[in-house]
Amino acid sequence: MTAFQTVSLWAAPATGGDVVPARAQMATTLGFHIILACLGIAFPTFVLLAEYIGLRRGNEVAMTLARRWSQALGVLVAVGAVTGTVLSFELGLLWPGLMHRYGAVLGLPFGVEGLFFFLEAVFTAIYLYGWGRLRSWAHFWSGVPIAISGVFGAMSVIAVNSWMNQPGGFTEVDGRITSVNPWQVYFNHAAFYEMPHMILAAYMVSGFLVAGVYATGILRGRRNRYHYAGFALGFVPAAILTPFQIFVGDTAARAIAQDQPVKFATMEYVPQTSTHVPEWLAGVYVNGHVYGGIKIPDLDSLLVGFSPNTKVIGWDSVPAAQRPPAAWLIHLCFDVMVGLGSLLLLVGLWAVYTWWRKRKLPPQRLFWLLGAVSGLAAIVAMEAGWVVTELGRQPWVVYQLQTTADAATKNGGVLTTLTLIIIGYAVLGVATIAVLRMLSARWRRGDADQADVPYGPTPEAPASGETRVGV
Amino acid sequence: MAADAVAAILLAGVSLYAILAGADFGGGLWDLLAGTTRRGRAARSLIDESITPVWEANHVWLVLVLVIFWTAFPDAFAPVRSVAAVPLWLAVGGIVLRGAGFAFRKEVTRLSQQRLAGATFAFSSLLTPFFLGTVIGAIATGHVPADGTRASLSAWTSATSLLLGFLFVAACGYLAAVYLVGEADRRGEPQLRDYFTRRAQVSAVVAGALSIATLVELHSSNRVLEDRLVGRAVPLVVLAAVCGLAVLALLSTGRRNGVRLIAALGVAAVIWGWGVAQYPTLLPGTTVTVSDAGAPHATLVALIVLFAVVVGLVGPAFILLFTLQSHRVLVQPSEFSTPPGEPGG
Ligand code: HDD
Ligand code: HEM
Ligand code: HEM
Repeated sequence: MTAFQTVSLWAAPATGGDVVPARAQMATTLGFHIILACLGIAFPTFVLLAEYIGLRRGNEVAMTLARRWSQALGVLVAVGAVTGTVLSFELGLLWPGLMHRYGAVLGLPFGVEGLFFFLEAVFTAIYLYGWGRLRSWAHFWSGVPIAISGVFGAMSVIAVNSWMNQPGGFTEVDGRITSVNPWQVYFNHAAFYEMPHMILAAYMVSGFLVAGVYATGILRGRRNRYHYAGFALGFVPAAILTPFQIFVGDTAARAIAQDQPVKFATMEYVPQTSTHVPEWLAGVYVNGHVYGGIKIPDLDSLLVGFSPNTKVIGWDSVPAAQRPPAAWLIHLCFDVMVGLGSLLLLVGLWAVYTWWRKRKLPPQRLFWLLGAVSGLAAIVAMEAGWVVTELGRQPWVVYQLQTTADAATKNGGVLTTLTLIIIGYAVLGVATIAVLRMLSARWRRGDADQADVPYGPTPEAPASGETRVGV
Repeated sequence: MAADAVAAILLAGVSLYAILAGADFGGGLWDLLAGTTRRGRAARSLIDESITPVWEANHVWLVLVLVIFWTAFPDAFAPVRSVAAVPLWLAVGGIVLRGAGFAFRKEVTRLSQQRLAGATFAFSSLLTPFFLGTVIGAIATGHVPADGTRASLSAWTSATSLLLGFLFVAACGYLAAVYLVGEADRRGEPQLRDYFTRRAQVSAVVAGALSIATLVELHSSNRVLEDRLVGRAVPLVVLAAVCGLAVLALLSTGRRNGVRLIAALGVAAVIWGWGVAQYPTLLPGTTVTVSDAGAPHATLVALIVLFAVVVGLVGPAFILLFTLQSHRVLVQPSEFSTPPGEPGG
């Protein structure tokens, strides 16, 4: 996460005060939380899928996977909950200006989010701790509300973010909100692409991460049914969703060309409004020159309006102070997202092709290497997408209504909290991964004697009944 | 009208957070005081089993309270956030450490790691209630000006604030101990039951003494509030005192039916007493009132509708959760074990 922070520090315009550390802190905490949020949104569906197959087909391997995954889910959801709470506090602590002026608007989708957090938390508890206690199908159904409320919860947070990009649904007189239309706030102009894009991203991140774990195991020679099943249960859904994600992303880009033209111009390096705008692949923009990029003539106009004569608005349409900082970073992040999305699509197509010809997954080592890093790739794509969205909106926190500098705290001391947060989250991140690895090591050893009691010597007799080991 | 209703909803949310999550925080206090690894083992595992399935759901009340606060009363929220920034950061730090410590403790295997995670959980359980208490103290003593944009140390370190911080910790410990008495009883563990009965009695006395001290201290720090606490809010104050005494009496005569409810009612009475005494002012010493804190009518109505939906949907879900929990259906999964005689997975 430090990368985020450094990046934001560079990318910030010279606004002074605490804006820069506040933005860096927001980026760090969100960039961390979003990974857990993705798993909170989508991972339950994968667990349920495994359990469904296990119950339906009496498949012991799938059942074992479901049990183990839900144990990992318990850790992930707890870390997701605490890091999410940090964000709720931060909105007020770092952005009192935003919350003061627009709290009455923004709060509504956050309130709806709270509703779904409740359902998610309650049913997660029942599901996680009901294993082996609830009847098999009752247990399965107790998990379904988790998956549903994850999706609706995500929609609610994204309602806030998309509202910041396309604010609407309220009237403001002399800086005071006088009326609100909750429906229009929630389903604002940017929601229709941001919501599906983020939810699909969550499913891709979760699926490819799961696949990556088992692909790594397979690369290390653990070629058994258990590992192939784990890989397939993550990889297949994620790969199926990838083309849909690309379609939604493409729709989003066209919508942004209309609604937030300066953001779009920055993403695509369009300094002047014109027709026959070229598309730049990679490249760094410095003082009117693009270094190291590949230029494809007319393509940008074609992508925006399906004709080379389409006029694309450039960033010279607004004064310099209203342009986002660090065009190069926004552009490169956009390319990284699109590039990784396309690569993930290719990996999926490779699997489809060999399956169609040979009824098996590709045997090549390269395929499994790609599978092993697919989860990381999806995370990087998603983080890059957020940088495009958030940095591309600058200098506005609420598009064309409130600047980030106006929203930020005037309290001082943000550098301190930022430093503490970076240290704290680094420890938290390492600890989370370490705990997950301990879990998996324990599974591999197949021993069931897990610590059932807080730091005590192991009890004389096993706490709960007979012990079956292994599959 | 709508604003009053939302204020009541906010108080209801605060009460639920205090009662439900407060008991979870209090569990951390007793975990911390449970002694050495071997000696504290039984108490710790009872605490652990009681908190594990429910703490996250209970925690969400805080999130809901925060959202309602900033949505309905942005004019009050912004200055509180700025002036009390430091204790709020410390409270949120406590939340992170505690949640992580608790979750990790169950999954790590080495004794030293378990001790580290467990100590983190136990110690940080004190931070959040203490610092939230000092924030309430800053508000109650009129240390939050309506235009406050700067963090202030003196605002939350007055005697009243610190007393409230300790009171919150004691109240959490009290709720937890009363709750654990019932849990131990239901599991047929008389030793643990007596163990927590003693702790419930001690913490009840401590919390009572701190309440009285706070009231006395308010006499100099916010006279108006104190007058109203012993004026129009007096029925609630009396109710709180009666509940506390009733719990003490019931516990010492060994009757445990309904003790938890009475204890919860007592804590809720304190919170509502404060609310009634302060009404309609949101920030004492300013002109920011419930009906004039920045949110338009439609927002307030939407919040009321939202709360109705929360009660309708989440209420039954919580009842289901607590029922399953009290029938001991929810246990820490031990990967391959299937309890005998139960339908296995
Ligand atoms: C797995 C992750 C992932 C993948 C493979 C893609 N995206 Fe994406 N993208 C996201 C994850 C993401 C995101 C992190 O979820 C964002 C940030 C905000 C949002 O709604 O989604 C995002 C934002 C985002 C935006 C900016 C939205 C805004 O500023 O409001 C555009 C234009 C695209 N994407 C376009 C694409 C295209 C054309 C892709 C084709 C390959 C693509 N994305 C793949
Ligand atoms: C609903 C979700 C979100 C909300 C309400 C939100 C809100 C905010 C706010 C208020 C800021 C500070 C003001 C600004 O710089 O514009 C910000 C900045 C930022 N956020 Fe978001 N955000 C959300 C999602 C995310 C996610 C998931 C990420 C993941 C990486 C992210 C990345 C960033 C970054 C990188 C910045 C800093 C921008 C800069 O340095 O200029 N955001 N966000
Ligand atoms: C400013 C932005 C955000 C805030 C204030 C926020 C707040 C929170 C809070 C308070 C929780 C804990 C709820 C609980 O106690 O269980 C949480 C968890 C969660 N958040 Fe966020 N969040 C933000 C951004 C996001 C984004 C961008 C997403 C996804 C699109 C997201 C999705 C989730 C999900 C699915 C959970 C529950 C699952 C889990 O705990 O892992 N959040 N968030």
